[in-house]
Amino acid sequence: MEKQKAHIDKNNTVIKIRGVEKSFADYDVLRGIDLDLYQGENLVVLGRSGTGKSVLIKLISGLLSTDAGTIEVLGNDVTTISQRALEDLRIRIGFSFQNSALYDSMTVRKNLEFPLVRNRKGITRAEINKDVESVLDAVGLSQTINQMPAELSGGQRKRIGIARTLILNPEIMLYDEPTAGLDPITCIEINELINEVQQRYHTSSIIITHDLTCAKMTGDRIAMLLDGQFQRVGTFDEVFATTDERVKPFFDYNFIQ
Amino acid sequence: MDSVNNTTNPAPSRIKKTQNKLAAFFLMLHRIYAFVMRFFKEVFLPPYEFKEVIRQCYETGVRSFTLITLTGFIVGVIFTKQSRPSLTDFGATSWLPSLVSIAIMKALAPLVTALIAAGKVGSSIGAELGSMRVTEQIDAMEVSGTKPFKFLVCTRVIATTITIPLLATYVAFIALLGGYLNVSQNEGTTYSVFMDQAFEPLTFIDFWASLSKAIVFGFTIGIVGCYQGYNSTKGTEGVGKAANGAVVTAMFLVFIEEVLIVQIAGWFR
Repeated sequence: MEKQKAHIDKNNTVIKIRGVEKSFADYDVLRGIDLDLYQGENLVVLGRSGTGKSVLIKLISGLLSTDAGTIEVLGNDVTTISQRALEDLRIRIGFSFQNSALYDSMTVRKNLEFPLVRNRKGITRAEINKDVESVLDAVGLSQTINQMPAELSGGQRKRIGIARTLILNPEIMLYDEPTAGLDPITCIEINELINEVQQRYHTSSIIITHDLTCAKMTGDRIAMLLDGQFQRVGTFDEVFATTDERVKPFFDYNFIQ
Repeated sequence: MDSVNNTTNPAPSRIKKTQNKLAAFFLMLHRIYAFVMRFFKEVFLPPYEFKEVIRQCYETGVRSFTLITLTGFIVGVIFTKQSRPSLTDFGATSWLPSLVSIAIMKALAPLVTALIAAGKVGSSIGAELGSMRVTEQIDAMEVSGTKPFKFLVCTRVIATTITIPLLATYVAFIALLGGYLNVSQNEGTTYSVFMDQAFEPLTFIDFWASLSKAIVFGFTIGIVGCYQGYNSTKGTEGVGKAANGAVVTAMFLVFIEEVLIVQIAGWFR
């Protein structure tokens, strides 16, 4: 399915990253990175395993703290923000985890209700049911509402994970390896879902992946993370129109061509 | 060259290792202290997760009921049976109900309950939260603007602090019942006589100290299990370590607290 043209507002930067550094013990993962995410855009962050892609979105959501630099999300600097303000900001950011991170002890319905009832004070049972059914419909899994996460397939778990983030109507979506561990057909379905979310919910997204099919299908712009820095940023064709020996193998070893 | 250095200079490396271990120990103590302080800071603030507290009370209390009943009964019967020969030597078997009740009420009931709960409830909390940590479920709660500490930790600690004293009281009753059945079978003592003799030597301070112990044990088992699970790392290996750490640390602390509370209760007598 061809990606529909997104309405990207380049005058409105929803995430602005400047000079961010992050180390673990003696290993410098991120070495002063700069990046902008524009309103309405799907930005794919590509890179090999262990290059700090997931660390980047954990820094954006405040799950990890930076060693240096600033990260401005919807006008708030998450490196200096108070805990209370961070909690409020997180409601506006959806985070889809690599392993879906569904709550094992709750049914799909309870998984979806959990963030909703805790963030929307005074919400009625009818409104909860409507929102739950609406997001389940959006991810095409209405029939799983009473199932436990253990009863779902990998692809279904990913979809429910995305639905759980959508239920709060986030302005920004962060996808951590959305197609990891899935078969090629399910991968394409998830990529289409990411594009549908962009169109239907008008979200701006950062998609962390090493899957070029995912990058090409979902990304309006690609940022290649190499050696702790963004080496190439542009459209898919721009990024791979290079003789850089660090970038070329990425393309050559995929079957996308 | 390396081996020469190792053999000629072993002391600094040993000192360094000891220093590192000490530093790690004090760092852990500081983290536990910070965790306990965070509990007291968050437990009184809204939102209040009443439903989850009730669910956790069911998980920690009701689900331990069979094991606790069986253990309490056996403790009562065995303790009475083992104490009889010593009293028979002095012709003092009539003191058996008093001896059994003092031992059960003052020491055995809270201690046995706490040790069983540390093994069953503490390990279960450690493993459950540890598994939630390594599968990023706790992170998922955090990024969705909910308060995982409140939902996962506060509720479990409140539940163990409520249910373990209740279970300890129940164990005391069941163990006394076991003692009575043994005494009744051997000495033919009636129920009312047994109970009169059993409660005669006990004072209000004994009940208070026993209840206080059970409350402190319940809090300790909950907080240690949650601490180990909530701060679990290193994947599935970490989950096992969290469960194991929850049991070992809780049991160790329970014995220390037992000594301290007995000492404090002694000052009030």
